[in-house]
Amino acid sequence: MTTHHAKAASPASAGGAAPGPRVPRQRSASGAAVEARRLERRSRRYRWDVRFSPYAFISPFFLFFAAFGLFPLLYTGWASLHQVSLSHPNDMEWVGLGNFTRLWNDEFFWDALRNTFTIGVLSTVPQLAMALGLAHLLNYRMRGSMLFRVAMLAPYATSVAAAAMVFSMLYGRDYGAVNWALGLVGIDAVDWQSGQWSSQFAVSSIVIWRWTGYNTLIYLAAMQAVPGDLYESASLDGASRWQQFRHVTLPSLRPTILFTVVVSTIGATQLFGEPMLFGGGDANGGAGGQFQTLGLYLYEMGWFNRHLGRASAIAWTMFLLLIVIGLVYWALSRWVSRSGGEEG
Amino acid sequence: MRSQVRSTHRSTRRSSRAVALALTATLTTGLLGACSGDGAGGDDGAGGGITLRVGVFGQFGFEEAGLYDAYEDLHPGITIEQDSVTENGDYIAQLRTRLAQNSGLADIQAIEVGNIAEMTGELSDAWVDFGEYGDVDTSHFAPWKIAQATDPEGRIIGLGTDMGPTGICYRTDYFEQAGLPTDRAEVGALFAGGWDAYLAAGADFAAEGPADVAYMDAAGGMFNAVVSGFEERYYDDAGEIVYQDSEAVATAWDLAVEASEAGLTDGQQQFTEEWDRAFANGAFATVASCPAWMLGYIQEKAGEAGRGLWDVADSPTPSNWGGSFIGVPEAGEHREEAVALAAWLTAPEQQARLFTERGSYPSSTTAQQSPEVLDATHPYFGDAPIGRIFGAAAERIPSSPIGPYEQVIQEGITDGLLLVDQGGESPGDAWDEVVSGLDNALAE
Repeated sequence: MTTHHAKAASPASAGGAAPGPRVPRQRSASGAAVEARRLERRSRRYRWDVRFSPYAFISPFFLFFAAFGLFPLLYTGWASLHQVSLSHPNDMEWVGLGNFTRLWNDEFFWDALRNTFTIGVLSTVPQLAMALGLAHLLNYRMRGSMLFRVAMLAPYATSVAAAAMVFSMLYGRDYGAVNWALGLVGIDAVDWQSGQWSSQFAVSSIVIWRWTGYNTLIYLAAMQAVPGDLYESASLDGASRWQQFRHVTLPSLRPTILFTVVVSTIGATQLFGEPMLFGGGDANGGAGGQFQTLGLYLYEMGWFNRHLGRASAIAWTMFLLLIVIGLVYWALSRWVSRSGGEEG
Repeated sequence: MRSQVRSTHRSTRRSSRAVALALTATLTTGLLGACSGDGAGGDDGAGGGITLRVGVFGQFGFEEAGLYDAYEDLHPGITIEQDSVTENGDYIAQLRTRLAQNSGLADIQAIEVGNIAEMTGELSDAWVDFGEYGDVDTSHFAPWKIAQATDPEGRIIGLGTDMGPTGICYRTDYFEQAGLPTDRAEVGALFAGGWDAYLAAGADFAAEGPADVAYMDAAGGMFNAVVSGFEERYYDDAGEIVYQDSEAVATAWDLAVEASEAGLTDGQQQFTEEWDRAFANGAFATVASCPAWMLGYIQEKAGEAGRGLWDVADSPTPSNWGGSFIGVPEAGEHREEAVALAAWLTAPEQQARLFTERGSYPSSTTAQQSPEVLDATHPYFGDAPIGRIFGAAAERIPSSPIGPYEQVIQEGITDGLLLVDQGGESPGDAWDEVVSGLDNALAE
């Protein structure tokens, strides 16, 4: 019986992990009792194994997460309710929600939020549109498609530091290649870094350059999962390539597009490395803060101005902002899948 | 037979599971251990020797000049190890957290002058008082250097390494084209009347000099040159922030704005890639605040093409820019030995050696007067007698009170000047932005 039980409980008997059915051997009465106890014990151990082992196996992740994700999150939340100096992180003075309420009147915070939003739009929208188009092109049969796919991913594999350094040199005011090229066609040199829009455009271009290939590959993978007979029947109905893209590819890609939008939004909200390195390593985001993102403002507040409590409040506000954005997307995705279902 | 096979099968299964469990356990405990067990370095045990760790930033020079090897030869049984962090910004962030937690500290830690007020202020308790050690001679340092490293209770928490007395760097070829004097003594005399005289020469330069060359690099550089010549800048003697009412800031701001509006600047921001490349392209004729250590920087950025073109003259108001200290954290295990090493590393002979090998100008007046420093010349800068030029400048450096937010205030103001110089904003608006930005940055 116990063997039966064991077999039933084993999810992976095919893998040989569970003891298979066994033939009980003939023993004396007392021997049988011992044997039964032994089996009972073994089966109990086995049950525990099945029940608890998976938790043990995934525990490293959760232990790491608790140490490096959850604890900092909660500690930051606690610090955000205090006045804390970076020089003495252990001396906290309770200020309640003061660090949050002051953000309401903090013009620098709102500037940073606005910059984060505009850079986010400037980088995410062209990035995803280009990725979609490129994925569509790569989806055709062509020579050396592997080469193109690898080339697509190369910017993603480049370190942000290297990319931002090269771009800030390209966008140099006096000796940058971009201004040199503009000069060739008779356009005056642009002081990329000191202008509001020019600097945000420059930072966005670094983001676009780095992430377009990554999104292209995600789209490409999704496109290859679209059944070919859909295209076949569409072309039988006389649909052009554009119509096929519009009415077959796009609807099939909806969940994927939503995924990339969510991931890009989170990335854009936390944007830090590109504007920091574009500004030569300063966290001020330009002399007038013209490309200071929320991430940079948080860093400047905590590590340059040394107000850890205020920095923590900014961090938590960003976190809450992302939760709100996440909820909006979640509602949107439900709406999309419902309307998609109606269509299908 | 069958059961035997099975049992071996099970046992290997069990043992592999045990391995997996052990691995998980070691990984997690190792992880936790890594968080807690980052103690200050220690004995290496072998032969009762001591290992002293020195934490520095950038190319600090001790190791490069061979000072550790020399000390190890003098003191058998002592081994010196150095941890270097490239950027001072990263270094100081790490040092702050380690001082606050009193762990992970080296036996000797370097402190840049921009951070010294923080160390003598809030974090003073974390450092050893050199005054308590009778055999440490502090009389050979420039008095203001010792004053900067002394906390309100009179404890000396750092010993000076180098300092940065300033001159004015200029391009002789451009000056010649503009009909200005090129000899460094005459150029020094031309500027001797003060910063107004420097700007007046700039007006001549703009009128007569090469058309595509600016007189100076940056309005921010002009500001720093002027403001540093005053005793009271951003903080008063009581440690209060006074930048809004300070005569130094007002004078320096006005002169920098004047230079910018007269078109005398190249609109650069110092220590950026563009600034570096402007050196290589010879885009400007002078650097208003040119400390001793910047000569090496200019040589590196301007390259061989600039050899013999650059020179250095006396500044009308010499001041100090940069320089460092070394201190011994209280948390160290070998404080006695570390103090002895720190005293030796900053002694006049070693400072002179650091100057001849690395170009770091000594903060020890005794070292400044030593023949090898006094007679030093710089081949790249037309064999300028830098030992005498910077020696004379060092004597005139004002002793300014420094506060913990020195860097924040200075960068806030130079950012405002950048808005004027690059963005074409009106000086009044830019100043308002400086004040509101600093109000926000300084609010607890």
